[in-house]
Amino acid sequence: MLDLEVNAFVQRLAAAVHARGEPWIRDVVPALGGLALHFDPDFEGVISDVAAELVERCMKEGLPDPENVGREVEVPVCYDRVFAPDIEEVAARTALSPEEVATRHAAGEYRVLMIGFAPGHAYMSGLDAKLTVPRRATPRPVVPTGSVAIANEQTVIYPYAIAGGWNIIGRTPLTVFNASRAQPSLFTAGDRVRWRPISAAEFEGFPK
Amino acid sequence: MTLRVLRPGILMTVQDVGRHGYQHLGLCPGGAMDPVALALANALVGNGDDEAALELTILGPDLEFGADTLIALCGAEFEANIPVNRPVLVEAGKLVHIGRAMRGARGYLAVAGGLPIEPVLGSRSTYLPGHFGGHEGRTLRRGDAIPLVANIAALSQERFARLKGKNGRSVRWWAPPLTAPDREPILLHVIEGEHYARFDATTQRTFLDTVWSIAPDSNRMGFRLGGAPLLGPAQGEILSGPTCLGSVQVPANGQPIVLMADHQTTGGYPRIAEVAYADVPRLAQLAPGGRLHFARCNLEIAAQLRKALRERLDSALHGIAWEYGN
Repeated sequence: MLDLEVNAFVQRLAAAVHARGEPWIRDVVPALGGLALHFDPDFEGVISDVAAELVERCMKEGLPDPENVGREVEVPVCYDRVFAPDIEEVAARTALSPEEVATRHAAGEYRVLMIGFAPGHAYMSGLDAKLTVPRRATPRPVVPTGSVAIANEQTVIYPYAIAGGWNIIGRTPLTVFNASRAQPSLFTAGDRVRWRPISAAEFEGFPK
Repeated sequence: MTLRVLRPGILMTVQDVGRHGYQHLGLCPGGAMDPVALALANALVGNGDDEAALELTILGPDLEFGADTLIALCGAEFEANIPVNRPVLVEAGKLVHIGRAMRGARGYLAVAGGLPIEPVLGSRSTYLPGHFGGHEGRTLRRGDAIPLVANIAALSQERFARLKGKNGRSVRWWAPPLTAPDREPILLHVIEGEHYARFDATTQRTFLDTVWSIAPDSNRMGFRLGGAPLLGPAQGEILSGPTCLGSVQVPANGQPIVLMADHQTTGGYPRIAEVAYADVPRLAQLAPGGRLHFARCNLEIAAQLRKALRERLDSALHGIAWEYGN
């Protein structure tokens, strides 16, 4: 269902539309396989025609190269058991040791497919095929802020304490979403993400 | 100067027109559930349309004002010890008591000069799931002191003095309530959602024929609809896609959810329909148990509805401006 080429195209198109800064478009939202343009409700043109023309114009002028969409982001993550309540279960399901789960997770090069579900909540591709596990049968009512979790072929980071059903295998000390920051979200769609494994002591040493 | 919350009522928050331009970061615009009523309340106290007000839900608060304050309460028709839908000059120290909403569900209490709270990402709206915006990112409680502008008494008296048709501390005229429901079920116009064709013909018909009621577990994020559960699409999983204010999702249990102001920006449930923008403020005025049904329209009609609502609101705003001598 998920087509990584389509996803990358959606992000390039989103970047091109956003760069035009059309005053009657309030939001440009790339999702996994589609792009939403949220219009100002007072705009009086025929929205479907205007949107089609806009996309056509962006295509004609050329979309940005994939490597110019998003940035490189390095994310420290601690795979210590205190922060990884599901790592043993994932290890058992994949016939790996918990240490191997952590090593394989950290080794991958990931790409942010979409921000959604909650502010700053990034869905990333690039998970080692060996780590493919389903979501938990019963979601947790509260997943701790910064939890790094996996399910199916993706990984996510929970930006704050919310309910969630993904398998938690680590935690980052970084603040993923902070409305008071100039850049509220650590991630945007298209970002390339690398993990840097850290110890529990290093985790505790991060400024809160 | 402040206004004090002596009794908070149910779910009272600070809201303005919301924060736009952050949906690509997963943050919805939020803001007033009924922006039409917010615009009327702001206009009645002489504010611009971007000021924040108190959003009341179903049961209103008791408030005490620290200084003479020009206020207006619009939206749902609340029992109150002040006249509604018009400007009222409340004396310093006087208690404003607002009781139940008799018609509609959400009220907007605006004060002259707005609520001078530090904006977060360009808006004073409270975003409850993220615990930011408004007053400490939360629902208002007993004892809270909400700031008023520094010159509140002078500003209120000056504005009140300009008003025509005065009658004691209020006026003889009132603004038209544009969104409170006249009778239920209310009718909401919908266009086909992205996945409409995936539902079978019987389900499509059931969706349009059912009189739905707002389920109790509805909130600012979404209204759950009670009625005959809908059969989901037969084939395939839905790839998580962008959602919008008014999107009607059908999760696995078949009870549709209409996405409201604090909605998620993407969703993995099939979307059977999208409620016309012009009809969302009226939907916001339904309380749990409130009834509604859907009628199909197209993009062209949805645009006409939007224009017609804009014209009705503008006409009311011009009328209020005239009363101010503008």
